[in-house]
Amino acid sequence: MSKTTTNAPTAEEELGAAGSQLSTAPEESLSMPALGVIGWARWFWRQLTSMRVALLLLLLLSLGAIPGSLIPQTGTDETKVADFRKANPTLGDVYDKLGLFHVYSSVWFSAIYILLFVSLIGCIVPRTWQFVGQLRGRPPGAPKRLTRLPAYTTWRTEAEPEQVREAALALLKKRHFRAHLTGDNVAAEKGYLREVGNLAFHLALIVMLIAFAWGQLFKMEGNKLIVEGDGFSNTMTQYDDFKSGTLFTQDDLDPFSFTLNDFQGTYEKTGPNRGTPRTYQAKVTYAVGAYGKDKKTVIKVNKPMAIGDSKVYLTAHGYAPLLTVRDGKGNVVYRDAVPLLPLDNNVTSSGVVKVMDGYRNAQGKREQLGFEAFFLPTYTKGSETASTFPALGNPVLTLLSYHGDLGVDSGIPQSVYQLDKSHMKGFKDAEGKQQRQNLKPGQTMKLPGGAGSITYESTAEWANFQVTRQPASGWALTGAVAAIFGLAASLFIQRRRVWVRAVKGADGVTVVEMAGLGRSESAKVPEELGDLAGILYDQAPGAPEPDEDSTDTPDPEVVPAERPEK
Amino acid sequence: MTLAAVTELAGATNLAAATNEHLANLSNTLIYSAMAVYTLAFFAYITEWIFGSRSKIGRTAAALTAEGKGKASGKAPAVTVKKGGSTAVLERPKVVVRAAAGQRDVPDGPGAHGGDEQGDLYGRIAVSLTVLAFLIELGGVIARAASVERAPWGNMYEFNITFSTVAVGVYLTLLALKKNVRWLGLFLITTVLLDLGIAVTALYTASDQLVPALHSYWLYIHVSTAILCGAVFYVGAVSTILYLFKDSYENKLANGGKPGSFATSFLERLPASSSLDKFSYRVNAAVFPLWTFTIIAGAIWAGDAWGRYWGWDPKETWSFITWVAYACYLHARATAGWKGRKAAYLALLAFGCWLFNYYGVNILVSGKHSYADVSLGVLQAAGF
Ligand code: HEM
Repeated sequence: MSKTTTNAPTAEEELGAAGSQLSTAPEESLSMPALGVIGWARWFWRQLTSMRVALLLLLLLSLGAIPGSLIPQTGTDETKVADFRKANPTLGDVYDKLGLFHVYSSVWFSAIYILLFVSLIGCIVPRTWQFVGQLRGRPPGAPKRLTRLPAYTTWRTEAEPEQVREAALALLKKRHFRAHLTGDNVAAEKGYLREVGNLAFHLALIVMLIAFAWGQLFKMEGNKLIVEGDGFSNTMTQYDDFKSGTLFTQDDLDPFSFTLNDFQGTYEKTGPNRGTPRTYQAKVTYAVGAYGKDKKTVIKVNKPMAIGDSKVYLTAHGYAPLLTVRDGKGNVVYRDAVPLLPLDNNVTSSGVVKVMDGYRNAQGKREQLGFEAFFLPTYTKGSETASTFPALGNPVLTLLSYHGDLGVDSGIPQSVYQLDKSHMKGFKDAEGKQQRQNLKPGQTMKLPGGAGSITYESTAEWANFQVTRQPASGWALTGAVAAIFGLAASLFIQRRRVWVRAVKGADGVTVVEMAGLGRSESAKVPEELGDLAGILYDQAPGAPEPDEDSTDTPDPEVVPAERPEK
Repeated sequence: MTLAAVTELAGATNLAAATNEHLANLSNTLIYSAMAVYTLAFFAYITEWIFGSRSKIGRTAAALTAEGKGKASGKAPAVTVKKGGSTAVLERPKVVVRAAAGQRDVPDGPGAHGGDEQGDLYGRIAVSLTVLAFLIELGGVIARAASVERAPWGNMYEFNITFSTVAVGVYLTLLALKKNVRWLGLFLITTVLLDLGIAVTALYTASDQLVPALHSYWLYIHVSTAILCGAVFYVGAVSTILYLFKDSYENKLANGGKPGSFATSFLERLPASSSLDKFSYRVNAAVFPLWTFTIIAGAIWAGDAWGRYWGWDPKETWSFITWVAYACYLHARATAGWKGRKAAYLALLAFGCWLFNYYGVNILVSGKHSYADVSLGVLQAAGF
């Protein structure tokens, strides 16, 4: 009797057919493979689709996901990876070999989840068949000794056994059990939705994986900076930068265009969080297709504009001073809003202006002009080099002027935010120093020697938009929702069986026995059995007991407190 | 925006700021008061346990050891009885419940008070104090939310105070549903005090508002369910740990060993290991679909905020790891040879992942979810 749990018989052994097939979980077998290739293949397949291997693969998957969260990943932050490589060159090489800089697309990680999903498919298909078989069949008849079951009750009645069985059958059917008469007992089962839910859940996992993989192959992502008043149409050439999945083609771009009418940002005015952004929104007019009607909408940080499969996100903003450059004679040679890049949280910004053609200097010779620009949206005395607030409070634009050759024709691609000064000379002010001037909106800086002028007219804002297309995300979502419902059904619904046996005892009085068995132990099974017994008892009331002491104390022989010896 | 509008808005916020400050102070006072009452509750629970140690009820020993056995088999087996209905109670058939094959039939312990009347009284006082502290803490959380005019989980301080409130709420709800969980009290309140202590000392952040990327109703859904899941997983983890202790104790008894007197006094009063195991399974399984939903809600939010629904950001990764770990646990429960202690270790591992996802990832790893510090982290990551 001092036996521990390990050498107790399993539920299956004890209950025989009655407890079988309450679930469609695959059976575990450790038997050695039969000889030959087919034997081995079959053995391997059985192992792969067993619960134990599924469990190990799941464990491996969670372990395998860990390094990707601790080591910088190229997918999320390329510069961090580069920094890491610089700091730890040897370790970097090792990591490279192991694919640890891109864990989630590495060979070994893929191997784990592909094996897991092969195992999953190999698990679902047979289980589905098995389940269909169970639906076609009928619940197994009562085991010989109902007293062995987790929930049991009995009483004696004057009613005839046939009557009791009929009543039990009607009652169980009314309670939506699948019930039938077999021999001296009624066998019933309920809660098949649990299995349905479980299969749906695992199937939904496959749908999600395929949707995710599809999305990776056909995705695209592009960025476009737009100044207020300007527009954009969705073609590859218009993007500032563009990335796409391996199978994406230009034809997959959704045809649409939009114009940025107005960008608005508000910020915390006071307190320790002064300057913290509160809202950002971009008012746009957009049109779908080549001849679509113009419509207006607002894009916010969390509220992208969705067109077809594409979504347009607002991802950054800054200022674009509107500048006019005139030559010595007063002819306008350049007029544009120049986007400047923010350097800090208060949107201190910098950038350059390039006047490439149309300009002639005081001597009438063709030349190019360049300006370096620093911009403070809120200038405060005492803080000359950094803005003190992100909104346009007291904007000041600092310009440094240059002339010469911008080098844009050299064929080497140039950043629009940098000036190549190797062939440029600075304009000199009266003291012979580099000309530099602070301008407020409306003010003009005259270039020395009648070389012309540059005027800071006003300030526009720009916004950066990220356009993404992640196809099959609808499928991923459908899979996810199905997974949740499937899980809920699988975890909350109890699959259980009830047996009612009614036979004439030796003294001619009918003995009714009822027992319940659940897939996993649950307080609900005995509760439900109590309910059913109560109702049935009313229809087949108790008869006097032959002897007193077995009323509420079942014979210890029959229901032992301890497990009987094997 | 025009300058005029800016100044106008600034005026309005100044006014609001004063009332908010007031509410924030109120919230702090309430949180400190709640801590004081929880401390009283803690002592009441301790007293309950101490009084309980006077009684010498050895039900487990009786059921499992050689001496106790003669007694047990002579008497009626340990059965739970459910009556068929209210009328004619005496005649109704009773349902005999028996542990499933492969499990010990061991009765549950009587609880911390061990059947001692005085102990029980202190236990009741402890529960009442817990209710009081819970209400005060809830007030503190609500005042905090009102002061920042948003949900109270914008940073780790707020997350901690909300988390412990919800965990105690889960415990009290289970008590109200007449579940046998009073034995959880001492362990829960100890960690609640720890959680609040960390919150007010290391994590305190003055009231502040959220950056735009954190403005979304998906945030409300995602974070509130995440907190609830955490609280329930936590309750599951506590009972899993107790299960492991109780199971070793029962094994020792069953194999003829003699556990120490402290272990005996302490563990005898807990529910049977199979009850603890079942309780933690039910708790973990019940909340697993909600955890699945939490991750999906997070993915939807990420899709709206960052343009991709899944990007292996550390927070996402650890949510996924936690999810897979709990899936492992549920699988283990259905796999021959993995039930019992092995599955319990997996459950603890899974909860460890959850904890790491909160403390570890927030503090050690930087990602898009860096709301641990209240700076612009999120926005900067979003490109701003
Ligand atoms: C992607 C990986 C998988 C995940 C996330 C997963 C998750 C889950 C979860 C959460 C449950 C709990 C539902 C319940 O207890 O009824 C479950 C049950 C189950 N899983 Fe999986 N599973 C995965 C793969 C597999 C594989 C590969 C197999 C096949 C060997 C499998 C077979 C089962 C079975 C048979 C059950 C039901 C156990 C029972 O009847 O209680 N699963 N799974």
